[in-house]
Amino acid sequence: MKITIVDYESGNLRSVIQALRFAQIDPTVSGKPDQILSADALILPGVGSGNAAMKALEQQKLVGAIREFIASGRPFMGICLGLQLLMEMTDEGGGVDCLGVIRGTVERLPSEYKVPHMGWNQVVINKEHKIMRGISSSAYFYFAHSYYSVPADPNLVLGTTSYGIDFCSILVRDNVFATQFHPEKSGSVGLQIYKNFVQNAIE
Amino acid sequence: MLAKRIIPCLDVDAGRVVKGISFVQLRDAGDPAELAAAYDREGADELVFLDITASSDSRETMISVVEKVSEKVFIPLTVGGGIRTVDDIRKILRAGADKVSVNTAAVLNPCLVKEGAGRFGNQCMVVAIDAKAVVSAQKSGVLNDLALDENSAWEVYTHGGRNSTNIDVVKWAAKVEELGAGEILLTSMDKDGHQQGYDIELIRTVSEQVSIPVIASGGAGNLDHLYQAFELGKADAVLAASIFHFGTYSIEKAKQFLDARGVVIRR
Repeated sequence: MKITIVDYESGNLRSVIQALRFAQIDPTVSGKPDQILSADALILPGVGSGNAAMKALEQQKLVGAIREFIASGRPFMGICLGLQLLMEMTDEGGGVDCLGVIRGTVERLPSEYKVPHMGWNQVVINKEHKIMRGISSSAYFYFAHSYYSVPADPNLVLGTTSYGIDFCSILVRDNVFATQFHPEKSGSVGLQIYKNFVQNAIE
Repeated sequence: MLAKRIIPCLDVDAGRVVKGISFVQLRDAGDPAELAAAYDREGADELVFLDITASSDSRETMISVVEKVSEKVFIPLTVGGGIRTVDDIRKILRAGADKVSVNTAAVLNPCLVKEGAGRFGNQCMVVAIDAKAVVSAQKSGVLNDLALDENSAWEVYTHGGRNSTNIDVVKWAAKVEELGAGEILLTSMDKDGHQQGYDIELIRTVSEQVSIPVIASGGAGNLDHLYQAFELGKADAVLAASIFHFGTYSIEKAKQFLDARGVVIRR
């Protein structure tokens, strides 16, 4: 089982690596297209601005590789910015094209509340899914973001979180699973997601 | 709903946690990773590690501390103390920290906040502000848009509270938000170490001034002080050292206390 974490110099990868080790997997960390395409499962982490992240992915020629991987149907997990980047475009940085894997946009959180949305908030799970096995609805997860994803198809929203608005905090479509929160920073409930993702990839 | 956070702060000197840690039955109470894991088990929402090592090779020591902690602990980790360059930030984040806290370096070089936020995101740039109440006689000095004026109530201090700056805390808080800080860690030097409660006026004034989260620090001596920081001070999180380290209260007990008073916390 080869699980690759996409490395594009984006913040704290080590916690993602450790979370996978906790789930009994020693991941490959790579910023090379061939390592991405040869993986059995792929994780796209990400913090920071969507603008800078897309630039980095383009520079490392990873845009095509990530799209191709997802199209192949193998298990994919996006984390935080890794969810937003799946959309067609983000408002961040004045409007930037993203990976366009999922139809939808990325918008800034409303300003009545403090932004970034930083800390532990609840995720209401809308329907059953194997990756959320063992996790109850309304469990707390750790968030740190200023933008949120708006998928055009509301049926793709698996989890919702409330912060001034109700936004999509978990998205699922076929082999694609992505969270706005950081499961690797969300204690035992977050580690359960990694275990479930690994289990699902093995099956 | 977004929960209010309780954040223990651990001082690290040459790779070891200092200050008394009497509450947990640990094999090695000075081991940062073991202590961090104990706080995680107790329900801490985040951890702050403050590097108080004076020597110049402390960076490498701190990086190895962060690496070890991130193997065991899966809650957010902030590291502060001696971070001066974008490369320092990059190394600490790569080691497993989620945020860095900058204080003196931000005052000396505000661009650091801007560059760090641009490169790694606002969410990982915490600006720590050490605030001290202004005595009217001190109001003088350089005139610029951040300088103290007749309305200033608190002054920014740097270098671990040793140096005054003539900078107004409220103006500086607004400035660091503009530069891209994702959070402000606000310490009252007047209250710090006294365990008589946070400087509520300071916390509330800054929290209402900025639209980024504010972590209250300095002065917690009992659980009611935590409640006051949230309820009256409008803090988004509280940082505390002594009350947890010395075993006076557990995180769990603090959370029960706050929950019973209607504060939204993660249980």
